[in-house]
Amino acid sequence: MDPVIELDGLEVRFGKRAILKNLKAKLTGRSIGLLGPNGAGKSTLINTLLGFHKPFSGTARIFGRDVRTHAREVRSLIGYMPENDSFIASMSGVRFVRLMAELAGLPPEHALERAHEAFFYVGLGEVRYRNLGTYSLGMKQAAKLAQAIAHGPKLLVLDEPTNGLDPPARIRMIQLIQEIRDRGDLHLILSSHLLRDVEECCDEVLILKDGNVAAFCNLEEERRSNRRFLELETRGEANGYFLESMEKLGCETAIGAQGRVKLVLPDGLEVRQLYEVAAAQNVQIRRLNRKRDSLEDIFLKAMENPDGRL
Amino acid sequence: MAVYKKTYRPYDGALTSPLSRFLVIPRYAFEDMQKSRFLTIFFLASFIYPLICALIIYVQHNASALNLLGVQNANRLISINVTFFMSLLGWQSMLALFLAAFTGPGQVSPDLANNALSLYLARPFSRVEYVLGKMTILLALMSAMTWVPGLLLFGLEGYMEGWQWMRDNARLASGMFFGAWVWILLLALLALALSAWVKWKPAAGALMFGVFFVAGGFGATINAVQRTKWGHLFNISELIGSIWVQLFEGRTHITNGAVFFRVIEGEELPLWCCWAALAVLCLICLYMLARKIRGAEVVR
Repeated sequence: MDPVIELDGLEVRFGKRAILKNLKAKLTGRSIGLLGPNGAGKSTLINTLLGFHKPFSGTARIFGRDVRTHAREVRSLIGYMPENDSFIASMSGVRFVRLMAELAGLPPEHALERAHEAFFYVGLGEVRYRNLGTYSLGMKQAAKLAQAIAHGPKLLVLDEPTNGLDPPARIRMIQLIQEIRDRGDLHLILSSHLLRDVEECCDEVLILKDGNVAAFCNLEEERRSNRRFLELETRGEANGYFLESMEKLGCETAIGAQGRVKLVLPDGLEVRQLYEVAAAQNVQIRRLNRKRDSLEDIFLKAMENPDGRL
Repeated sequence: MAVYKKTYRPYDGALTSPLSRFLVIPRYAFEDMQKSRFLTIFFLASFIYPLICALIIYVQHNASALNLLGVQNANRLISINVTFFMSLLGWQSMLALFLAAFTGPGQVSPDLANNALSLYLARPFSRVEYVLGKMTILLALMSAMTWVPGLLLFGLEGYMEGWQWMRDNARLASGMFFGAWVWILLLALLALALSAWVKWKPAAGALMFGVFFVAGGFGATINAVQRTKWGHLFNISELIGSIWVQLFEGRTHITNGAVFFRVIEGEELPLWCCWAALAVLCLICLYMLARKIRGAEVVR
């Protein structure tokens, strides 16, 4: 199967300034997160995938189609929800979505039917005849999602979909994205600076920094591989001996703040043995959490590298 | 599927032809235009002059109607000739300028003001198709005001006079058709270019008139100060007038243009200069559009 997105030495320049620098990645996940601080190149990458910016060198492919040579075909597969307000304020919601669906190639009658459906789906059924200019911020975000899905794309590109939403609206938006993802009919790319949004919706994450790929991780695999990752809170004077003993049993250890100890247990070692060693060393285990490397840890690690290069 | 089911589903139905997809834009624009009572009335009112012309042609060829009116020799007063058709084109073209100034600014500026271009261009829809779609509504309306009634009147006169008259005056029909197209293409491009750069609609509309009248005044000032005729290069109506004279009459002309589009006797510019000046203006408009019609703004 073709990767959803394939970046092959992609470089994008605005004048003499390189914005994306030799990006290489193969993304195959159902939902792909694009993470990075402001100015990392997330929006430029999305705009390049949409054909708005021409690559200076290298290429990007979506479902195996080159974005430079097959721009029209690529765009027919994509539904795009931009970050900023993008609509025609004087148009009613349903008319605007219908127009967008028709431009995507749907016949007028199908476009109208799907515009209504999309509005009900995103929870704006009752206000679909109101002008978009009168919508609240949350409604505008939902309307943007409606126009992105109305024509039934194969790849949904969401640029900061929860921007400016209050907590209930954010939860609703995340639920919608999860619902769309779980139906399995399409792939999605979610660009956000909010780690929580990406963590809740994505199974693969590409982290950008200064136009470079700072990290790429498969969150699903990460979650599976970190099942034996423990964080302990201990009391006692013999913490050092306790750690030494754990290392002898094959654990990877690290001391955190306030007596917290991080352990990665080797295969075959039971948690019960950990308590036995602690008891023998006269160390109290006050708290034990099964923890995984959070996306925040991965992101912060990626940001440590000064030029963001892997 | 009923709307109450509220689930997402992919679309697997038929798609429209990519070649005709740009026509979606004028269809929506025309629906929007119909909502404006002023524009509708103005558009309908623009047919008064062609109707009067049709009436003149009919009456002139109808002896009983002339007898009824008691003006048996009236047909000698108005001749259906090159002046008649050029006057029609001149009047209708001026009305087309007003229409372009009223409707043109509303074409691109709302999309730019609301950042909607990224949504248009994120679809299998190119920048060229977008401009073509936006131009189509202007071209269709202005065609309906200029060359379409012109050719209908030519047909009516030909029907009254006979086949020989049509053959002898075929140049009038081609002049009407191509002369109107030069004008409406220029107007449509200019309206869209100004609409793309000036987001406030009234200002963009006013700028349309400014380009024609203020630039003309600027050209006249250059002529007066420098004692030259090259200032006419800034006067679009004179450039168009020169081209119309050539299209309607060829090298041996008896008129000096139409109403509003007259060339001053003795100050005619070489024809190639007129064409070149209009081509440069069109290229500037295309450049302005190319700079603004983009899916994403590039900050260098």
